[in-house]
Amino acid sequence: MSNVLSLTTFLPILGVLLLLFIPKDSKGVLRNVTFAVTLVTFFVSLIILTGFKANADFQFLENVPWIAAGPFVMRYNIGIDGISLWLVILTTFIMPIAVLSTYTAVEEKVKEYMICLLLLETGMLGAFISLDIFLFYIFWEVMLIPMYFMIGIWGGKNKIYAAVKFFVYTMVGSLLMLVAIVFLYFKGMQAGITDFGLLQFFSLKLDLATQIWLFLAFAFAFAIKVPMFPLHTWLPDAHTEAPTAGSVILAAVLLKMGTYGYVRFAIPLFPEAAHKFAPLLATLAVIGIIYAALVAMVQEDVKKLVAYSSVAHLGFVMLGIFAFNVEGITGGMLQMINHGISTGALFLIVGFIYERRHTRLITDFGGLSKQMPIFATIFMIVTFSSVGLPGTNGFVGEFLILLGAFESELRWWTVIATSGVILSAVYMLWVFQRVMFGELDNPKNQKLLDLNAREITIMVPLLIMIFFMGLYPKPFIDKMDPAIKKLVSQVRVASVNAQVIPGAQQMQMPEGHPGMSQQMPAGHPDMQQMPSGHPGGAMPAGHPGMEAPAAPQAVPAVNPHDAK
Amino acid sequence: MDMISIPVVNMTPILPEIFLSVLAMVLLLINVFSPGGQKSYLAYISFFGIVATAVLVGAGWGAHIESFGGSVVLDNFATFFKMTFLIAAGLTVLISDRYMEREECNHGELYPLILFAVVGMMLMASGTDLMTIFLGLEVMSVTLYVLAGFNRANKKSNEAGLKYFLLGSFSTGFMLYGMALIYGATGTTRLYKIAAILGQMTLPSANILLVAGMLLMMTGFAFKIAAAPFHMWTPDVYEGAPTPMTAFMSAGPKAAGFAALMRLFLLALPTLQVEWSQVLWVLAVLTMTVGNITALRQDNIKRVLAYSSIAHAGYALVGFAAGNGTGTAGILFYMLSYSFMNIGAFAIIILVAKKGETNGNVSDFAGLGFKRPVLAIAMTIFLFSLAGVPPAAGFIGKFYLFAGAIQKGYIWLAVIGVLNSAASAYYYLRIMVYMYMKEPTEEFEWVQVTAPVTLALIIAVAGTLIPGVVPSVILQYAQMAVKLL
Repeated sequence: MSNVLSLTTFLPILGVLLLLFIPKDSKGVLRNVTFAVTLVTFFVSLIILTGFKANADFQFLENVPWIAAGPFVMRYNIGIDGISLWLVILTTFIMPIAVLSTYTAVEEKVKEYMICLLLLETGMLGAFISLDIFLFYIFWEVMLIPMYFMIGIWGGKNKIYAAVKFFVYTMVGSLLMLVAIVFLYFKGMQAGITDFGLLQFFSLKLDLATQIWLFLAFAFAFAIKVPMFPLHTWLPDAHTEAPTAGSVILAAVLLKMGTYGYVRFAIPLFPEAAHKFAPLLATLAVIGIIYAALVAMVQEDVKKLVAYSSVAHLGFVMLGIFAFNVEGITGGMLQMINHGISTGALFLIVGFIYERRHTRLITDFGGLSKQMPIFATIFMIVTFSSVGLPGTNGFVGEFLILLGAFESELRWWTVIATSGVILSAVYMLWVFQRVMFGELDNPKNQKLLDLNAREITIMVPLLIMIFFMGLYPKPFIDKMDPAIKKLVSQVRVASVNAQVIPGAQQMQMPEGHPGMSQQMPAGHPDMQQMPSGHPGGAMPAGHPGMEAPAAPQAVPAVNPHDAK
Repeated sequence: MDMISIPVVNMTPILPEIFLSVLAMVLLLINVFSPGGQKSYLAYISFFGIVATAVLVGAGWGAHIESFGGSVVLDNFATFFKMTFLIAAGLTVLISDRYMEREECNHGELYPLILFAVVGMMLMASGTDLMTIFLGLEVMSVTLYVLAGFNRANKKSNEAGLKYFLLGSFSTGFMLYGMALIYGATGTTRLYKIAAILGQMTLPSANILLVAGMLLMMTGFAFKIAAAPFHMWTPDVYEGAPTPMTAFMSAGPKAAGFAALMRLFLLALPTLQVEWSQVLWVLAVLTMTVGNITALRQDNIKRVLAYSSIAHAGYALVGFAAGNGTGTAGILFYMLSYSFMNIGAFAIIILVAKKGETNGNVSDFAGLGFKRPVLAIAMTIFLFSLAGVPPAAGFIGKFYLFAGAIQKGYIWLAVIGVLNSAASAYYYLRIMVYMYMKEPTEEFEWVQVTAPVTLALIIAVAGTLIPGVVPSVILQYAQMAVKLL
């Protein structure tokens, strides 16, 4: 089974071919076949999980020629490490659940809907396993198409606005990233790199000015996808309008594309620039955490509230990643999975009551716990997980993030971010109270049925994961740990560089300065230097860009260091 | 005893042109002597004639033959472009028949005219002399004027024909004047001789005659490829002309314009590259931006595609401004895939429209996605390709065009290009919004997909998707083709 990774990725496409031969009126068959396909995909992906060895290497590699034309060589180059492994599993795990949730939610155009779901799965898996930057870009863009149609065709009242906004937002970001990818390739070519293979670019030495521009382009594309404040505005629209399965996938997997992009591409490719921008991105992350929590608090629509809570949660993930230490990144990775599970579950829960009442306004509910005890129990567990109560998965991730970030240069950011934990408890528990407790006075609510067997089946795996990851996260951490350690060491080397360079540029490297920064333990919370020394450094306002004039400026920034 | 020396002329390079011309004349005769009514067989004959010509052209791949004293050449560059023209013409013929019948202007002259236009384009692609290029251009243009006004009963078509003719001849004037100035400065019309003479000049960019001639020629070509600010004729002509002819004009002549432009500037004027690439830089930005921004506000779908075709000329100019192997190969690849995707999109427009060119607004596509799913999927593929979304050929084309600019160091040009591309997604998405996300107002019962149209759509979809997934099949030829320049 050497091709198991490809098999997992393209099984859904085979499912699409299968669906094409099923008449569109046999909705039951269409649903069951799709469910079966996603389930089989999940089981196949378990082969990857069991076969994965806990080391820092990329595994399940496949590498065959694809395009070779002119200056460009693209290869079908795939593989996973501990970081992408869990995202692949998360995707295959969420998909059957998402499909199952559509059984009664989607009654029209079932065939098209199922095709979109399966295409989306291939797109997402492909993006996580690509080790060729160009291939990654293709999957990254392909994902947009089914999601666009899912929001636009099966969405709510403002579906068209939300769908187009989603598409155009993401496209602007990714096209700028494409320019950066091409530029990076030409830089690599000068250094003897012959194809788009990601790993060889990690050792490419780029001067700081180039790194900054390229990092900005990558970071912008990923920040839109995460989404980070202030680029998050597409998310509440998309979430609110998307059908339940769409929201689940969007929250559980699609948003992880952004954070994954930072971990896999933006940071290791441009470590020095990443360090330079860490304070800025951490600031945006913290603003996102607080701002989204405050906005979530005043939402009247449950789904919008959950959407804003996503922004806050991903703010935590970003904070953890930009701590650049093992705890922070491990926490970030765990929180990515946690968020997939708990927010996915929350959207399912919103979907359940929406299907029953066709409203999501908090004021329309109240006292549901009397009428729907099972539902209330499940909702409560998921709420606790989302809030990060100890014993649930949310706690482990958030704790590691805050621990990691506190020990890093981002100490003060962490202090502020911690208040976000409290705020999230406020808005989540408050919405739970308003929906579940109080008088059951609305006559429509008095006839509500509790969850049926199918709905409980959907939620059970998620609940199991909530407690499993909360009580025993070791197996998850063990598999990702070596890869994260490797990433941290890649970035740490650069951290020393990043401290040397501005000094070198500003005062032409006085004696002793490089020695000082070498003695300094890596990851030392060097608050003073990070925010102040840098902005004036290598990138003055109105910098002419990556064209020729940039080169002479960049050279002195690097040469003293290289000479050393 | 003096003899008049008759140069030995090798006819091989222009065999396809001769074949097509003869075929066109035969078709004219058949048309005259055949009874009125059904003209479909003319379409079939033309189609098979085009296929035969394509075989003939394809057989010349790899050859390099100069003839007529160096004024015509058969090389890979010409062959690649000739294939593009033939594909555009073949698809046009396939989608024309049914349309012409519906609009009741099924005159048999249509097909010979298309063939003559192709002959003109082929001469433009293989011409290595200012005069040959100009002759080809005129043959093409004159037939296109007629084709634009082919629907005599329709006022808009008449307007289109006249407008195209007036502005077209005006631009031809510019071009001819430019050629005359170049001749004045160098004393020759042969492209490679011009290059040689320029190579000996100490400072060719200081020669006013030369620079003025270059700019005038560029103006003339900018008219032909519909580059801003010389694009004003495009929307009206595209809207008024019979839709199959619009499809043809947006693909074939644009490619021919680029073929001649590239041959002229890369072969004859490489010494002035610094100068003309700066002009092209500006021209490309203007063209992309004007085309896309104006397209955002259009309701008539033919006008949407007309403005989008302006924008696409702008993308191709990005590759040309770069002027390196990546960018120029990108132009060749892009022109070919653009023929597939754009004519494919027009084929769907023809099917959805009703008699008298009505039902041509974007909103008239409401609900097509679920009433006629196969057609809508084909349209979706074309539109995503036009928007440059992978895995369609349009993406790979744009990738190489912009990559060329980046390689050359024109980062900002590439950035402006991709931002334009993102903006263009909006109006392509708008068509899809109507197809899939609005409730149908019609049953589309008049939409009849005939066998030729089906064939055209299959070819167009294959031509849009296959080079998108495995681009090497086309790209390697495109790169061999530009190697000679």
